[in-house]
Amino acid sequence: MEKTVNQKAWFLVLPVLVLVAFSAVIPLMTVVNYSVQDTFGNNQFFWAGLEWFDELLHSDRMWNALGRQMVFSAIILAIEVPLGIFVALNMPKKGFWASFCLVLMSLPLLIPWNVVGTIWQIFGRVDIGLLGYTLDAMGIDYNYTQGFIAAWTTLIVMDVWHWTSLVALLAYAGLQSIPDAYYQAAKIDQASRWAVFRYIELPKITGVLMIAILLRFMDSFMIYTEPFVVTGGGPGNATTFLSIDLVKMALGQFDLGPAAAFSLMYFLVILLISWVFYTVMVNLEKRDGV
Amino acid sequence: MTDATTTTLPGNLTAQGTKKRAKVKGSAIVMGLYLLFLLLPIYWLVNMSLKTNTEILGTFSLYPHDLTFANYITILTDESWYMGYVNSLIYVVMNMVISLSVALPAAYAFSRYSFMGDKHLFFWLLTNRMAPPAVFALPFFQLYSSVGLFDTHIAVALAHCLFNVPLAVWILEGFMRGVPKEIDETAYIDGYSFPRFFIKIFLPLIASGIGVAAFFCFMFSWVELLLSRTLTSVNAKPIAATMTRTVSASGLDWGVLAAAGVLTIVPGALVIYFVRNYIAKGFALGRV
Repeated sequence: MEKTVNQKAWFLVLPVLVLVAFSAVIPLMTVVNYSVQDTFGNNQFFWAGLEWFDELLHSDRMWNALGRQMVFSAIILAIEVPLGIFVALNMPKKGFWASFCLVLMSLPLLIPWNVVGTIWQIFGRVDIGLLGYTLDAMGIDYNYTQGFIAAWTTLIVMDVWHWTSLVALLAYAGLQSIPDAYYQAAKIDQASRWAVFRYIELPKITGVLMIAILLRFMDSFMIYTEPFVVTGGGPGNATTFLSIDLVKMALGQFDLGPAAAFSLMYFLVILLISWVFYTVMVNLEKRDGV
Repeated sequence: MTDATTTTLPGNLTAQGTKKRAKVKGSAIVMGLYLLFLLLPIYWLVNMSLKTNTEILGTFSLYPHDLTFANYITILTDESWYMGYVNSLIYVVMNMVISLSVALPAAYAFSRYSFMGDKHLFFWLLTNRMAPPAVFALPFFQLYSSVGLFDTHIAVALAHCLFNVPLAVWILEGFMRGVPKEIDETAYIDGYSFPRFFIKIFLPLIASGIGVAAFFCFMFSWVELLLSRTLTSVNAKPIAATMTRTVSASGLDWGVLAAAGVLTIVPGALVIYFVRNYIAKGFALGRV
């Protein structure tokens, strides 16, 4: 849509600006402030310069957490995106069953995150959970509080359970917008199912898919509540992701300086990767002329 | 020639028919399995909430043999439990009202006008949606403590604006783009002032968009735990925090825990039907 140039529109944006400045900029400035200072308690602060950043960059703790986080996000994306597309392709197109599937699929998305954790915590327990009990009865050694593999698998399956529907719903919305004429043309050309997917459906849902990937990346990168409830970061540090580590540092040990430096780098990594996704997304929109 | 076509045609049709039926069956199986995977853990939670603790721990049963509503009664009669729900509802509704009232004019500005720095501003709003709550937990705690708002509902409501205001702006902008600009122009020619046009004509036009934005503000504020737990201790403690504390304290009351979990799913499940066609749009910040 053609937009008129009007600088007065700033007045309409002003309330948002003030509110977000209050809830985002001020706290962020506090973080920046802490990140360059050291304290010995009693509210006495000393200039520390870039010491914390330097220390952080050379500490294994952050690199390990970052590594775990990267692996986790990568696995999540690798499973949820193809599975989501696959589910979307199999969803009914219209009528009662379409609504039925939409409603049931949205259900996990609307559950409070700690309840998601609780659900899987219960579900995976060997004594009272269906999953844990079944695996145990099959003779598989499964204990998510002690086993490294069991803990990771539980968290990944939980996230797939929780968020695959989001990818599926977005892909479904994209598929719905493809005009029938495309499919008819493909039929006339006797295109195979794979060719229809590769040359008609996939290009048409790329834009929506980028949003799905962006959202899934962002949210899996900041995941806190679910692993906190299920494994609490354990066994050992096996599932201590960035957010869990940060909260431990900031609110648990009250190491303000290092925690603040950690926060800033964490935020920057997310911003950087999201900016790349966003740029790709905007360019795609321009290309398609949306 | 004509003979040949007439004889082959019916055969082709039936072949296509069976093929189609087989395909439909295949996708029905896929969907069935996927939905089973989604519902099984939820079923297990509901199942557990209807059992007594002795049955949960003593026997392994696929459905409650000894059906009881005692767990729900415990929650609905104990103040420390049900106040958690009340607290959550209070700050969630506050947040929803604040988010929508500031987001409406802003979304209108983004959808209709171009002004200095609009694209940067729009992206900057999105960055707040990307901000990890863990980064903000400590500064929020100090900020709200220093202004004396710690452990109040408004503190949590304002903190959740961090991600809900951008969300509302993006969703509403998506809906407003669908309203033709000619409507605005006609209204101005007819002598409507901006506030009157906005309230009398424009808002009713995007009523469904406002509903969807409200639903998503509600949802994201409802499901968040880290910030709401950090900013409250007693008076405004949300249900989510009440749940985690009970787990660590008694550790054994699985039935009540499951019942509390089921009750937190209810608000979403109740309204989900009305927003089913907009779910994708809402989760994608209005970009679908």
